[in-house]
Amino acid sequence: MANKMNAVPSNWKTIVDAETISRSISRMSYEILEKDRRLNNLAIVGIRTGGEYLAERIRRKIKEIEGVEPQLGVIDITLYRDDLSNSDLQPTLKGTDLPFSISGARIVLVDDVLYTGRTIRAALDAIIDFGRPACVELAVLIDRGHRELPIRPDYVGKNLPTSKGQFLRLKLSEQGFPDGVYSIE
Amino acid sequence: MRRHLIGIEGLTKEDIYSYLNNAATFVEVSERELKKVPPLRGKTIVNLFLEPSTRTRVSFEIAGKRLSADTINVGASDSSITKGETLLDTARTLQAMAPDIIVMRHKESGAPHFLAKHLEKTSIVNAGDGMHEHPTQALLDLLTLKHHFKERSAGIEDLTVAIVGDIRHSRVARSNIWAHLALNNRINLVGPPTLIPEEFRHPRLFGEKINIIHDLKTGLRGADVVICLRMQLERQTDKFVPSLEEYSQEYCVNERALQAANPGCVVLHPGPANRGLEVSSAVLDGAQSLMQKQVNFGVAVRMAVLFALATGKTVSEGKSE
Repeated sequence: MANKMNAVPSNWKTIVDAETISRSISRMSYEILEKDRRLNNLAIVGIRTGGEYLAERIRRKIKEIEGVEPQLGVIDITLYRDDLSNSDLQPTLKGTDLPFSISGARIVLVDDVLYTGRTIRAALDAIIDFGRPACVELAVLIDRGHRELPIRPDYVGKNLPTSKGQFLRLKLSEQGFPDGVYSIE
Repeated sequence: MRRHLIGIEGLTKEDIYSYLNNAATFVEVSERELKKVPPLRGKTIVNLFLEPSTRTRVSFEIAGKRLSADTINVGASDSSITKGETLLDTARTLQAMAPDIIVMRHKESGAPHFLAKHLEKTSIVNAGDGMHEHPTQALLDLLTLKHHFKERSAGIEDLTVAIVGDIRHSRVARSNIWAHLALNNRINLVGPPTLIPEEFRHPRLFGEKINIIHDLKTGLRGADVVICLRMQLERQTDKFVPSLEEYSQEYCVNERALQAANPGCVVLHPGPANRGLEVSSAVLDGAQSLMQKQVNFGVAVRMAVLFALATGKTVSEGKSE
């Protein structure tokens, strides 16, 4: 956690600041609890790499509010992507770690930016390979529109209309950058 | 673009780590209840094994199936090769069926390279060619070591590796030599002069990285890893030593000889082993042996190789000639 902080590269433009991110995480955590206060089968699952640390932040917030820590997992969806044969770079697998039983769990999938919905489709397939969850919900910090599949989020930090070519990334201090959603030119 | 894995020679350290790192995910997949992932759905893999092999063929077949590819096995006896068809004709026939990957085992060195040169649309994986290379065996040896040495700060680098036995006829030895050279490890080639190939004797090419040692105890001194090689009796290796009894007295890796190695030293054997000839049963079944782990990691490494060839567009294929 005590990573050294990198300077934000000059081609990154902050479009959501640290305070807004922190408020969004807080509100989404309350909403997750409002929907169902039972925590015994709740699991927060981050999608690598954007959702990984966000999921951890949400879990911490829920613990702050309720005093109980939900399960935490992380999934790598690379093996489930629908564009593997066309990718230019050699795909790097970072691994999936779901240290609890998926069957019967209430899963909250977490990602930083929701865009075409294809990542979420892949994530759902990846989850189902581990068992049959009671339900799967979706929490995203940014919904930027342009969906290509019938997928909608249950919890949204911020709706942010964007143009198609834009490249957005959430960075958190855990990754060595000041909290922010950046548009990378 | 079409890519191949013909050998470890020519691969960089980064290429090797890229396979090993992806293999870690496939180890996890292999531990799941549902041991199947979809990335090679719709791809066809032909396992063309023209020389006997059980573990490598089964391992490649399981690897392909776990990646959701369709795998077809062709052996020497059920191919038209027994009817006198040339390798090129067999290859062209297979090409017409448009497989995405051909995994090939052949008794002649260079056969996979030959196939790669003549087939336009198919990736070739070398599953062992004559005395040339067996790249996935070296990769699984490295994955086994990486897992074993995960607490060690230098990981699988800065190691002394003793390769013992019939190096001359061993493609496993050659692939491991290239792999450990890429990782900048120290290599002791240990065996009688007749079983050590000339090609590794050039100090100009290999500097101080390769030591050729004819005495077993000296060769094992300070070793962190001992790779035992199978005495390849079918390649008439016995003509290279006075007698097998004499050979085993001098070069059998047993507990006594292992005392010269480092305390944490581990022993690898590509199997199948001639117990009591190149390695003693006590060592092979002992605590220092990682042989069983090697078999387990074989599937994951082969999944990583097939996955790499079928997906990204930039894979180094290693030197083929």
